[in-house]
Amino acid sequence: MALGLEASLGDTVLTTKLDAVINWGREYSLWPFVFGTACCAIEFMSAAASQLDISRWGAEVVRFSPRQADLLLVCGTISYKQAPILKRIYEQMPEPKWVVAMGACASSGGVYDNYCTVQGIDTIIPVDVYISGCPPRPEAVLDALMKIQDQIKGESVLNDRHKDFKGILD
Amino acid sequence: MNTTALELIQAAFPDVPCTSSIDAVVLTVQPEQLETTLSRLKNDPTLNFGLLLDVTGVDFLEYPTPQATRFLVVYTIRNWEKNMLVEVRVPVADPAVGIPTATKFWDSANWGERETYDQYGIVFQGHPDLRRILNHWQFQGHPLRKDYAIEKGQICYESDSLEKEIKDRLASKGVNKTTMEEINTEIMYLNLGPSHPATHGAIRILTALDGETILANVNEIGYLHRGFEKTAENRTYNQVIPLTDRLNYCSALMNNIAYAKAVESWLGVEITERAKFMRVILSEFFRVQDHLVCIAANLVDMGGLTNYWYLYNEKEASYDLISRLTGARLTSSFTRIGGMYRDFYEGWEADMETHLHGIEKGVSDSLKLVLKNRIVHDRTQNVCVMPADKALSYGYTGPCLRASGVPFDLRKDNPYYHYETFDFTIPLGSKGDIYDRIMIRYEEIFQSISIIRQAMKMMPAGPVFVSDNHVALPPKAEVYKNIEGLASHFKLIFEGVKAPAGEWYDSFEAANGELGFYFVSDGSGRPYKCKVRPPCFYMMSGFHEMVEGEMIADAVINLGSINIIGGELDR
Repeated sequence: MALGLEASLGDTVLTTKLDAVINWGREYSLWPFVFGTACCAIEFMSAAASQLDISRWGAEVVRFSPRQADLLLVCGTISYKQAPILKRIYEQMPEPKWVVAMGACASSGGVYDNYCTVQGIDTIIPVDVYISGCPPRPEAVLDALMKIQDQIKGESVLNDRHKDFKGILD
Repeated sequence: MNTTALELIQAAFPDVPCTSSIDAVVLTVQPEQLETTLSRLKNDPTLNFGLLLDVTGVDFLEYPTPQATRFLVVYTIRNWEKNMLVEVRVPVADPAVGIPTATKFWDSANWGERETYDQYGIVFQGHPDLRRILNHWQFQGHPLRKDYAIEKGQICYESDSLEKEIKDRLASKGVNKTTMEEINTEIMYLNLGPSHPATHGAIRILTALDGETILANVNEIGYLHRGFEKTAENRTYNQVIPLTDRLNYCSALMNNIAYAKAVESWLGVEITERAKFMRVILSEFFRVQDHLVCIAANLVDMGGLTNYWYLYNEKEASYDLISRLTGARLTSSFTRIGGMYRDFYEGWEADMETHLHGIEKGVSDSLKLVLKNRIVHDRTQNVCVMPADKALSYGYTGPCLRASGVPFDLRKDNPYYHYETFDFTIPLGSKGDIYDRIMIRYEEIFQSISIIRQAMKMMPAGPVFVSDNHVALPPKAEVYKNIEGLASHFKLIFEGVKAPAGEWYDSFEAANGELGFYFVSDGSGRPYKCKVRPPCFYMMSGFHEMVEGEMIADAVINLGSINIIGGELDR
């Protein structure tokens, strides 16, 4: 039974909070940009293939233009040579945007603790969800996707995200 | 050891000391003799060493026995027709002065020497384009020198523009200001990558275009350089195995096998018969997996998405067997020095047969879409042709070399693990175009499936591990119950398998071509140096030869057809 304004407008109009309706839309239409560099990208291919089918979460529209994407999936090792490119791709994505670090290399440098590997992409860009594994199973990608969806639920269109982030390239 | 090759080469170079190391003849020459030696090896019809496989350096700074010079450059060269391998060692007195380049004899020396310069700081006099290749342009120092600390990372703030390189390349093709005026257009520079859907990983392809036609092309790699070689120097031999998974991650187990084989051949360890057959079955199974991904991705680039599902779903299904056997889907780490981690599980034959059957069906379904497809033919036939002589000069091996009509396959030409007893053929191309490269992979899938079925019938029972406790971990019962077992367990874990001091090269026919490992051992349980000879590094070095004069869209499918895998390309 409707109350207040809705009661006087009948059953043709629904009122809701702006955050709720926008977040609902964002949650189920995440457009990933797959920044695939290494082994993890092969496991992302599995997450997108028939058996697991990422489209069940509304995230199958993989965009290769950062300007059309709102979820940056970093699948693989990021070297110092690659780092400025990753940063630029992140900056080219319009707000709001979320970042997933897939696998040990993207999260922490993984097994490559050496002169050429960035020790975790969170030294360059802000990260929302980390996935463990080397490489993680494709189910873990889906799990990360759901974690991002949960996170979106609690956000507000009025608040900016990660405005004060400072990485090694800033 | 190849005694005829040793006699032949010793006769050709009477003043040069020749020794042998596994399959290879080792020549040590001084820098001033280098050019004549290389020229003779390449051009003398009795020697005919046409395939320069790899170039690398060694830094002897921390080597226990003193050497004449701190640096050494090694050229690994093959005569593929007669199965002869030669390693030319050149001591380098002063890296800043360096040694003469080999680029005038083989095109593959170009990138090989650039890598040696980048990693060791050894100059190659007369090299046309001596600059860094794996590390970024703002990098200071040379990471594979022993006095460079492994953890000393260097931040790169912006990418290299490559402006000079593309303009030089244009000039070398005879395109200058007047040509631009004649064709009444401005040349457009188009950059594909390093983050681009068409690049299948992180490679940068910079093209100069006239309309849609590529006038000049230069490529930049190294975006996935992960320091494999430096890391390997800090690990025991067995600890390197997980790193080899991550070279060509589409066929991880093949790299494990290639690496274990290279170490075992120097140790003189003869693995058990069952382990040999296991390695054959698994490496052919992973060859199939690798080709499935390559063809699937290549056809997606062409717009044939249905093929992707037909082929990739079979690969996905195969993960059931792989993960049940190895405990992992992609990065298996399944070999050990001296054998395999464990035997097949009970009932694996039926699983394998199910997967082989599924793969045959998936590949046949895909072939129905491709074989008579006009679009596929028009886009791939006579496009991006690589003639045989150029392919050899650029160091091509594997399916891409065979597509150009050169019947070189280590499984036939230098057989290991009883490959000579299997009945299989080596598919050959006639043109060296994209069509040949795709079709060869299709046919190799069927050949590999046939090898697997033959090997399954022939495989004997028995252990999968050698019982020598200097190499293989003793069984747990011995470790817990007697002191010898406990001691050898600890020694193997802490110190590693001790390889006798020396230098050697051993290679394996991986899915992409000849995957070789060049080692220097100081007698300890850790490799003093471990260099990978990656097949797709040299394939990428000849990429510009294939795409110049073709359309930009052809470059995209050509990249898919040579199957560039970042982990192996940049290591």
